[in-house]
Amino acid sequence: MRLFLVVIVMLLGTFAPAMAVEPEEMLADPALEARAREISSELRCVVCQNQSIDESDAQIAGDMRRLVREQLLAGQSNAQVKQTLVDYYGEYVLLKPEFSVKNALVWGLPALFALLGLIWYLRRTGRAGGGDAVEAEAPVQAPLTELEKQRLDALMREK
Amino acid sequence: MIAELGHFALVLALLIACVQASVPLIGAARGHADFMRLAPAAATAQFLLIAVAFAALTHAFVTSDFSVSLVARNSHSAKPMLYKVSGVWGNHEGSMLLWVLTLALFGAMIGWFGRNLPAPLKARTLAVQGMIGVAFLGFILFTSNPFERLAMMPADGNDLNPLLQDPGLAFHPPFLYLGYVGLSTAYSFAVAALIEGRVDAAWARWVRPWTLAAWVSLTIGIALGSYWAYYELGWGGWWFWDPVENVSFMPWLAAAALLHSAVVVEKRGELKSWTILLAILAFSLSLIGTFIVRSGLLTSVHAFATDPARGSVILLILCVFLGGSLWLYALRAESLSSGSIFAPVSREGALLLNNVLLAVATAAVFIGTMAPLVYEAMGDTISVGAPYFDMVFGWLMVPLILALPIGAMLPWKRGDAAAALRKLWVAAALSLIAAAAIYVFYRGGSLLAPFGAALAAWLILGALIDLGERSRWDLGRLTRLRGADWGKILGHLGLGLTVMGITLLTGLEQEDVRLVRPGDRWEVGAYQFEFEDVRRVQGPNFIADRAAIRFAEQGQALSDGVVLHTEKRLYTVQRMPTTESGIRSGLLDDVYLSLGDQREDGSWALRTYIKPFANWIWIGALVMALGGIVSLTDRRHRVGAPARRGAMAGQAVPAE
Repeated sequence: MRLFLVVIVMLLGTFAPAMAVEPEEMLADPALEARAREISSELRCVVCQNQSIDESDAQIAGDMRRLVREQLLAGQSNAQVKQTLVDYYGEYVLLKPEFSVKNALVWGLPALFALLGLIWYLRRTGRAGGGDAVEAEAPVQAPLTELEKQRLDALMREK
Repeated sequence: MIAELGHFALVLALLIACVQASVPLIGAARGHADFMRLAPAAATAQFLLIAVAFAALTHAFVTSDFSVSLVARNSHSAKPMLYKVSGVWGNHEGSMLLWVLTLALFGAMIGWFGRNLPAPLKARTLAVQGMIGVAFLGFILFTSNPFERLAMMPADGNDLNPLLQDPGLAFHPPFLYLGYVGLSTAYSFAVAALIEGRVDAAWARWVRPWTLAAWVSLTIGIALGSYWAYYELGWGGWWFWDPVENVSFMPWLAAAALLHSAVVVEKRGELKSWTILLAILAFSLSLIGTFIVRSGLLTSVHAFATDPARGSVILLILCVFLGGSLWLYALRAESLSSGSIFAPVSREGALLLNNVLLAVATAAVFIGTMAPLVYEAMGDTISVGAPYFDMVFGWLMVPLILALPIGAMLPWKRGDAAAALRKLWVAAALSLIAAAAIYVFYRGGSLLAPFGAALAAWLILGALIDLGERSRWDLGRLTRLRGADWGKILGHLGLGLTVMGITLLTGLEQEDVRLVRPGDRWEVGAYQFEFEDVRRVQGPNFIADRAAIRFAEQGQALSDGVVLHTEKRLYTVQRMPTTESGIRSGLLDDVYLSLGDQREDGSWALRTYIKPFANWIWIGALVMALGGIVSLTDRRHRVGAPARRGAMAGQAVPAE
């Protein structure tokens, strides 16, 4: 699975495993740096295949990490920093899409499936409407086919 | 010459597959025993011919025959032998050949081991298997011929991507394919049952071992890939919710659901229609995986549009097999469903809950994986990454984990929740104590750690209590437990170990990034480190800077410590840098070192990680796989299987 990604990305020539956050970029204040890391892991490197800026060593990921830290040093909250990044690069940078009408597909559809699953479960366990099904219906008895008869005979003879 | 022989064998295999796909079907419809008997013979012949083709391609790679285009593009004469062989499937054409080889192997195995199957079911199953073979052999021969020759032979090859030159990755694709393609058997059995129009306990018993074998292989394949990412990519990431990972994870989830629902079909004759649908969907998810990986659709919808040949053909295959089977399903499903009510507190009620949650989880992963493609096709963009999947998938797993030990203890038909909880109260109490201990011991860590530890301990202890109850707390009885019981307990135990590893690693990992020079010392967590030196070393097809770092526990003398090596490699043919991490693996934690680039002033960037309980993730996966293997040894899968009791079909088979 990772193999295929590597093969594909190799064709594009953009992948080289190396360090993401460089020591020089890091903030002196450990609490602020921890927040920077947390925010970075939720932002997408815009030129990469499904990598957060925290994992990527692409140039632009470095630029984005610096921007995150500048904003944090300027005293902004995590949400404000993310909003700044969204303003710069678009909603595309959010690895977890916002709850919005536009993103109804990614949030609403799983919820719909969960609801359908719940309804199915409740109906089958007789706790919601539609509990009219009979307990243990009579098995449908299909007549034996020619082959099954032969097999049955063979089995009977064995015994 | 040998390459041409391989090509010829592949053409013959396609012809045989055509026969296998049609003649047995006619035989089963008209009751011609001779026609039906052709199926296993054709399946064996098809397998042998593809094996000849695969051997021919392997020969070309091993002897570095660069007149074969594929070898020239993906191999190099200086490459170690292991990677010459694994290079066979480290590319599109070769991996598709491995795909059909695996497919034919499963077909042949149904022929060899399916002696107790009724002739029409066996003939139809093998015919469906033959149809899949026709589609993919045709795909290879017409769009991706691995044996194509070059007019001008190059002096040496392009080499294989250095990241793939690794023992973990050498065996990752074959296992993954055994799993992916193994699910074709469940699909074929399901379609054959739809054609016959009957599903009963015996059918469920036949399909279960094949699904189990596929699921075991998928488990091992996914674990190998994850472990490879952990030690090879240089920062210890082990799961990225990457589309290529998700497409292997979805069939795994679906197969896990199928294994559980097949038990209900076998024991209670219920959930038949749903089980058939799951079998169809599980293999269709494998096909979708093959399609989106092979078509380049992953990178972009537009990449797909620029080279549509391969992608369109796989899409067509997918539509035919998914559409065809769903059409058959729509025709027959009505006659399969019974719709009687389950008691919510009963084994089948719990298994239904398991299936609901696993199916919704599969759907959520599917939606998250496909959404970016859908939005792109509509001219919009969206990113769906790890934070989304962690949240959605994580919260779906919580009720599953909470319900699992209780459900596993409940009897069939009508259970007593209070009785099950009485047996499990020790597990519940100890789980809470474990959470408290983690919380106190790792104060300041994320709350995920104590929460996850409680869930994991609940699973592990629940499995152990299940084992105790089964053996009636008598050690002497342990050896007499059935394989299927051991399989269930090991499977649940393994899941607990994996959950423990995932949550504790994620919640408690410690990291340190710094610039170091020889002689520098630093501390991370309970360990102290000293950077000794960096040496230039020459490998077979790379050069490397190898750093030596000494470490010891705090309070211990550093001179008594251990030296770990981490390297920065440059593969000379592909001019590609890679990182070799230095890892001290342990049951309680891993010490993980990763060397970065050298700075102008001579210092080196270095990452130090302490990764608690990391190995539990893969140990748990192996225990799950072991559970599957043990369950496969259960005699009932072989001896009990022939007992298709016509009159009993559909009736409740006495539980246990």
